[in-house]
This record gives sequence, C-alpha cells and structure tokens, in this order.
Amino acid sequence: MEKLTFEGLQQRQKALSEKAASAHVSQLLICGGTGCHATGSIKVIDAIREEIRKQGLTDKYEVVETGCNGFCAMGPILVVHPEGVFYQKLKADDVPTLVQEHLIDGKHVEKLLYKDPNTKKRIPLQDDIPFFSHQMPRVLRNKGLIDPESIDDYIRRDGYQGTAKALLEMAPEEIIAEVKTSGLRGRGGAGFPTGLKWEFASKSPSEVKFVLCNADEGDPGAFMDRSILEADPHAVIEGMIIAAKAINAHQGYVYARTEYPLAIKRLQKAIDDARAMGLMGENILGSGFDFELEIYQGAGAFVCGEETALMRSIEGKRGMPRPRPPFPAHKGLWEKPTILNNVESFANVAQIILNGGEWYASVGTEKSKGTKVFAISGDVNNIGLVEVPMGASLRGIVYDVGGGIPKKKKFKAVQLGGPSGGCIPEQYLDTPVDYDEIVKVGAIMGSGGVIVMDEDTCMVDMARFFMDFIQDESCGKCTPCREGTRRFLQLLEKICDGKGELADIDALEEMAVVIKETALCGLGQTAANPVLSTLRYFRDEYEAHVLEKRCPAKRCVNLLKFEVDPDKCTACGMCFKACPADAVIWKKKEKAVIDKEKCVKCLTCFAKCKFDAIN
Amino acid sequence: MAYTTHPRHPDIDNDMWASIDEIIGRYRHKAGSVIATLRECQDVVGYLPPPLMDYIGRGLNLPPSDVYGVASFYALFSMEPKGRHTIRVCMGTACYVKGIKEVMSRIENAYNLEEGGTSADRRFSLEAVRCLGACGLAPVMVIGQDTHGDVQSDKVLDIIETYE
Repeated sequence: MEKLTFEGLQQRQKALSEKAASAHVSQLLICGGTGCHATGSIKVIDAIREEIRKQGLTDKYEVVETGCNGFCAMGPILVVHPEGVFYQKLKADDVPTLVQEHLIDGKHVEKLLYKDPNTKKRIPLQDDIPFFSHQMPRVLRNKGLIDPESIDDYIRRDGYQGTAKALLEMAPEEIIAEVKTSGLRGRGGAGFPTGLKWEFASKSPSEVKFVLCNADEGDPGAFMDRSILEADPHAVIEGMIIAAKAINAHQGYVYARTEYPLAIKRLQKAIDDARAMGLMGENILGSGFDFELEIYQGAGAFVCGEETALMRSIEGKRGMPRPRPPFPAHKGLWEKPTILNNVESFANVAQIILNGGEWYASVGTEKSKGTKVFAISGDVNNIGLVEVPMGASLRGIVYDVGGGIPKKKKFKAVQLGGPSGGCIPEQYLDTPVDYDEIVKVGAIMGSGGVIVMDEDTCMVDMARFFMDFIQDESCGKCTPCREGTRRFLQLLEKICDGKGELADIDALEEMAVVIKETALCGLGQTAANPVLSTLRYFRDEYEAHVLEKRCPAKRCVNLLKFEVDPDKCTACGMCFKACPADAVIWKKKEKAVIDKEKCVKCLTCFAKCKFDAIN
Repeated sequence: MAYTTHPRHPDIDNDMWASIDEIIGRYRHKAGSVIATLRECQDVVGYLPPPLMDYIGRGLNLPPSDVYGVASFYALFSMEPKGRHTIRVCMGTACYVKGIKEVMSRIENAYNLEEGGTSADRRFSLEAVRCLGACGLAPVMVIGQDTHGDVQSDKVLDIIETYE
C-alpha cells in the first residue's frame, strides 16, 4: 500500500468524508464488543447480511460491525445510522421482521425498542435514551460509529490529524505545553499530571527511550480500556505516537491483558494497517520521525498494572515492583527513560493536540479536567460504558445514566477504584467525580470501575472478597503486603464465620496504618482501603457479625440458620424448585422446611425467596 | 547440551516437539521473551511439565530457575495437566455481587471439583479467574472459548452438561 504523506492524509480524509456524505446508504451499526459477541451478535450480523442480500437491499444498506456500543446490558445492539434508531437484545430470529418492517415498510419494530424501566415507554432514538443523553463522549467519540478494523473509517472522522499536527507543526516542548494546559491527569487512577510526566522523561538525557501503554486493566469490574481498544484502537496508537515525539522515543509497547483476545486482535490489526499506510514505522507522514509499536501480552498477574512491575514483566522477569526512586522517567524499561500511561489517557491526547488544551480544560472541575469513562456494573439497571464530564455527581451516574437499582431494592453503596478503592454510601452520593473529592470520602477515582451494590450485599463479605483478591495477587516481595494481607484475610474470615471479637476490629484498624506506611508499592499501600472504607460507613454491620453473630444482609453462610420462618413463608414452593440438593421439603399449600442434613448451603433458596422467609 | 535433543515425555509427541522448536527458534535471540515462549509452548502442549521448562531454558539460554520462577509467578501458566474443557468462573466484583459464589459452589458440589482442580476423568478443569471485563453479562462463566452470561446457579449445570 502507498505510504501517506501529510497532503496524502488530507486528501484521503476529504475523499472519504465526501463519499460518505454523497452516498445514499444507511448504515446498520451492530455492536461487536466482547459483551455483545457473547450474547450472539455475530449470528445477528450474519443473519442481517443474508436477509439484506435476499431482499436485494445491499445497495441501500451497509452492515458495519462496530466496537462496544456501551450499553452492554442490552446487547446485541443495532443502531440504524444516520437516523439513530436503537434496537436491543436482538436474536437472529428477529432479523426477518426487522428487515421487513423497518427497512422495507419504514416503521419501527416496537418490541425491539428500548423500554424505559420507570415510565414503561418505548424510546426509538438512541439519543433520547437517558443512558446516552446524560453522557459526553470525547474519548468514546467513535464508539459504535466506526468499524474499528477499518483505518479509513477512523481517518474519515479526523483520524491521525492530531498526529500530523504534532509531528509536522509542533516542537516537543509545544506538545508537552499543550498537554499541560489541558490539565489531563492519569486515567489509570492515580491522577498524576500527564504533561508533567512527559516533561520529566523529555528532560532525561538518553539516546533510547520508551513509551508504554498500560492496558493491563486488572481492577475487577473495570472494562473501559478493553472497550476503548475494541472500539477505537487507532486513537490509542495516535496518543502513543504523539507522546513518543514529545519525549523523543522511537519504540513503544502496549502491555495488554491476555484475558482480552478481541482487544489484542483489533489493536494488532490497527498497528499493521497504520504501518502499511506510513502512519507507523520509519518517517511517519514524511515528517522524518520514526516510531515502532509492539503488543506485549501479560500472563495474568494483577500486580503488573504497577508501573515498575509492568516493566519487569516486559523484560521477561517475574513482575515484581521495585522501590522508587529512580522513577521510570529516569530509569524505566531496560534502565532507560520511560513513560507509562493508561489506555484512556492516550486516547485523549490526539483530541487535545487537535482542538487545543484549553478546549479540553473547558470541561471539568478546578483540578480535574475533561471527561472520565466509567464502567458501571453490579446491581444497576443500565450496565455499560459511560463517559461523563468531571464534576458530574455519583448520584447522576447511578440513577440518571445507570437507571437506578433493579427489582425495587434499596441502594446500599457504590464501589470505586477496585481493590485499592472504597465503598461510598448513600449520604455521599452527591460527591462530584473529581480526583481529590473522591479521596475525601474514602475511595479513589481509580481506573473507572463503578460497582453498584444493593441492600443484599454484606459489606464485611465485600471487604473479605477484596482482601482475598489482594492477598492472592500480592507478589510476596515485601513483608507488610505479603503477611499483612494474609492476616487481614484471616481476621475478616473469622468475623464472617461468626468467631470474631471486638478486638479483631481494632486489630484491623491498627494493621491498616502499618501496611499503608510500610508496603513497597501501591498495591500494598492501598490494600487496607476496602476494609477502612467499609468500617467507616458500615461499622454496624461488622458489630452485628461480632456481637450478635448475625449477618444483616444474609450472605455469610456460617451465620445463617437455614431455617424457614413459618410466619413469612407463603408456601409458594420457589425454594423447593430451586434447591439443587433436594434439601427443601415442601408440598402444595404447605410451608417449606429445610433438611439441614442435605443442605449444601449454596444460598440459592435465599435468592429465590421473595418473602424474606429464610433465616 | 544442544537444545534440540528432546527429552521423553508422555504428553508431548514429535509434532509437538517440532512446534516447540519452531517457537524457541523464533524467540531465542529476543531479550525478555520467556513469557511469550512459555505461553506459546503451553498452547501446544496444554500445560508446562517440568522437563519442557528445562528444555525451554536451554533453548533461551536461561537457567531453569529463571524459567520456573516466571512460570510459577504468572497465573496463566499451569504445571498440571488440564481437563478436556476448562470452566473459568469469573470472580470479578460485578459477578460476585450478582451471585457467582452460588454458581461456583454448585459446580464444585456437582462434579466434586475444587477451585484449580481437574476432575478424575479429565473432563473438566475448574478455574476461578480474575475479572473478564464482561461485567454487562454478570455472572459470567467461560467454557473453552464460549462465554456464558447471566449464569444462574439453578441453570449452570444444564450448560455444563452440554460439554462432553
């Protein structure tokens, strides 16, 4: 393929957008993210292609497999572009009806439209659905609109214009100044100013430097980076090229989780396409600047999200952190000056260069600028990927975008920041999304995982869950983390088993201070956060476990009696039908009884009982 | 010793050794490539028996302790043989909140399996894995290459039974 020059890129962009504007073709945008793939979007795509061919509509409609649309709860999703009609939960069987009624007869297929859970009304247009209308897509500006495997789709929407500007019109200092003006802070969670990081590395004298992208998205409940890579991989590549120019590096690596095969495949295709067009490799766009990019797959170690551990892992060693200083900006990968930024941080960069740092900073709060992408999941109606301006309230994210809690349950807490973060209760839901404000209420911004928990969640059990995760992922290099997290877990298990004492709660608080002050890396230093934040807001639950030997949310198996309350039981038989161990004794119109000899304590009956009759 | 002398191992046949040699040949002059080599060799054999790790070490000119150190550090690598189907149960927060604990205990009870174990007939291996990032489908279970979303404890065995 011909290598593009600067002029060539402009001509190609112009030709592509003119062609798109003049063509009388509607696009059928079908989500091909990991989530929709799992719910069968590939079958839907095949069925639609086949049906359109059969009906002779191929010159009127183009089927596009896009990246993650964002509204994962409703997959597989189809959006008819440009009119914007949103169809959800499609099956291959729905396709003939859809093609006949919408594409041929020109009317909406009511039963496949989104139904608002509150008003019960069908909403035909994507932009009118509350999940989308409260968002501000910047990083996700191409999500669901382009084929992530087509570089021309990306170029048509101003792709590689930021790179062209940075490489041909800007000096490294100007790039760094622009990023500093934007106020962009690291989207991996720590919030370190990106421009400052680049400045440190640019001033480190060395012939060889590296640009790394952290795509080792390990926080449970976080899938922003995966979705960005699946929906718009070129945006990340652009950010890395611009960063390389800023610090004068010529080699980059994307360290990606091996659990994300689709993201890796699409990113690799994007890199190959960019190279073929002269947007990667030697003399990019005729600018004289060289940059090569490789994907490095992780092998399943959470700690490798820590910067020094990640670099050790690329060097082919056990991914264990080392003390800082020296910081990676001075001595990083292979002891050379290195910058490491998160996927979302890089995905912002081309927009900042193209539109200016001031444009970027026009949105947000005083110290947190721009937008933030969140992955919202758990006990919430609208599970998916959302992008809101900094300063938006958590309540807005949970209720306006997220659509509130399903099954009329009560809200209990929202968990931010993964295993290093904390739980925020109802009374602080009006906290704005801002790095510093979120810390004040005991959590951290984190990489963007937002997990909503309803009243059935036991907070002591959640603390135990996170500690189980952290102690399993502790690399074992420093004693406070290796031994401390294990002691934490033992104490929490003791409390969940009903053997805890008040002194155990004191011990948890004391150890939290020690580990925070002495652990080697961020993983250990923040390990106590899930415990501290649940103790701060839900101490009554800890005390119920310890003093009354009771689990208020009915989750801790060893504190449950597995007995049916005859006053509450309505003899409906749901628990009988659900029990896998035939441990429920029930006959029509008779109240249920649990045979404790047979019971395997799987909690299925608790989940099925609508009358809260099992203790 | 040249790395082309193959040790005997019941789970590695000649075709597999040929693939392994090809993999080592690609990586042996590239610094920091032990993780990639181990991953590809594990894809060929299914797991990493110790004689294979020694062999890889000779090929990459690394002491066996380095190879073993890396293989034992990363969760991806297994030194035990796996079942025909690997059931990977997502232990991410969203799946946990939505009841993956019940799903896990149902599988463990039904097949007399423990987390990380393989059934006696080598039909299933059971793994608890870190967040798969498919939180929109929680609770999530992956069998082989198939992702199953919204897996409820009363339905999970019906899904698993379709894998022989």
